[in-house]
Amino acid sequence: MKRFSPLLVPLGALAIWEAVSRLSRVSHELLPPPEKVAFRLWDGFAHGGMTGDLAASLLRELSGFVIGATGGVALGLLLGLSRPANRLLGPLFLGYRQVALFAWVPLLSMWFGGGEQGKVAFIALAAMAPAAVNTWRGTSTLPHSYIELSRVLMFRPLDYVRFVALPGALPAILTGLRSSLIAAWLATVGAELFLDVAPGLGGRMNEGRETFQMDLVLASVVLLGLLGLTFSRLAVAAEKSLLKRRAA
Amino acid sequence: MPALDITGVDRTFHVAGKPVPALRDISLSVHEGEFVAIVGASGCGKSTLLRLILGLDRPDRGEVRIDGQPVRGPGLDRGIVFQEHRLLPWLTAETNVAAALRRSGLDSAQRRQRVAEYLDLVGLTAFAKAWPAQLSGGMAQRVAIARALVNRPRFLLLDEPLGALDALTRLRLQAELARIVRHGGTTALLVTHDVDEAVFLADRLVVMQPHPGRISDVLTVDPAARRDRSSAAFLRVRDKVLGMLGVETEGARAAAYETAA
Repeated sequence: MKRFSPLLVPLGALAIWEAVSRLSRVSHELLPPPEKVAFRLWDGFAHGGMTGDLAASLLRELSGFVIGATGGVALGLLLGLSRPANRLLGPLFLGYRQVALFAWVPLLSMWFGGGEQGKVAFIALAAMAPAAVNTWRGTSTLPHSYIELSRVLMFRPLDYVRFVALPGALPAILTGLRSSLIAAWLATVGAELFLDVAPGLGGRMNEGRETFQMDLVLASVVLLGLLGLTFSRLAVAAEKSLLKRRAA
Repeated sequence: MPALDITGVDRTFHVAGKPVPALRDISLSVHEGEFVAIVGASGCGKSTLLRLILGLDRPDRGEVRIDGQPVRGPGLDRGIVFQEHRLLPWLTAETNVAAALRRSGLDSAQRRQRVAEYLDLVGLTAFAKAWPAQLSGGMAQRVAIARALVNRPRFLLLDEPLGALDALTRLRLQAELARIVRHGGTTALLVTHDVDEAVFLADRLVVMQPHPGRISDVLTVDPAARRDRSSAAFLRVRDKVLGMLGVETEGARAAAYETAA
């Protein structure tokens, strides 16, 4: 019973959805029943080119994630390990964090255009912040006893980074990367909805809205959720296996 | 010339804006190959004194000199074992020890050989590949001892190294520490509040008093007294030191009487 309890609420929601679409007067055009959405999803993959859209979205997300997360970890290390960098860039970065992500859309679309480059730039920007914040926190809150130990062992700065700072901050960095991955996925859909039309799940949703196919819109939403869940599960599993040896 | 010479050292910390004198007018000379134990209640500044010798902190007044040269920072000539083992949890036992050799100037084959030698010295060859989380407290502390010694430092500084261990492990490690230090001929400074441990290990005992931390007595331990923990000679020294630290025992009363008479 316990094994299935996480499924209880989603299944209940599904039942209510089914009941509402059957028993109420809400038109099926506005709220298609679950089986219609499920069929649309299957049909999309079987005949409708959904695989291509999915691949386009994933590729976009991963490119943005890799660029953004790399930059974020680098920025976080700089902020966490260099006192001058922390003094000079810290406030600027904190200020940047106060600006809503979508506020950068006009600027990015001017600089990079609304095409592939602009989208990837937007996703990278979204992925950058969580990686940077967590890496910064992880490297600047290392126990003082490790810093003292590094001084006693006469570590050079690079030895300190390699033996103490990076592994010590690894749990925080991994948490940051997981958040970055999810932020990148959210931003992917945002970029596809608000920038130029292109193949991808966001494009599909736009198409569904414009041609009044709510089953297509909902099928895309379900797919986005499932993929997000998969990312998060994969990231947690990777984290666990990377940190396993630290606790016996 | 003494190997280590501490002259007229003062150290004051500022806690919430108020000056708190941690050490006042500390003078102490340690000779090559000597094992000196510093005993005192907590708050007597004995760990602060070790930090000054390590070069992690500077005195406000006075000087800490090694071979006549003032200490300006940490160096590979001084190894330290802290109360907690401070092993890096993401490195194995052997890589923890090897990390201490980053600045040794040895090539990688020599390093490997040196690490193996010191893991063997502390009896942990079989656990070279173990992670710190897999080691018992006593084993982890033995790895820390190997790490402190692997550079063959002139001075081994021990900051209550056995304080966090259970009583049986502590007794066993005291015997091992005696063997290891005598084996290498290292000059050792042990900070402890365990008077038995100090008497068992040290050639000379430095008794410190708190508020502010200062040296009240220095006494030499007869090697014969050290040999047997339950001998009358051992207990006499122990009770005398306990009496100096304000702990009343039958023996301490007798020792005080003896001194007075």
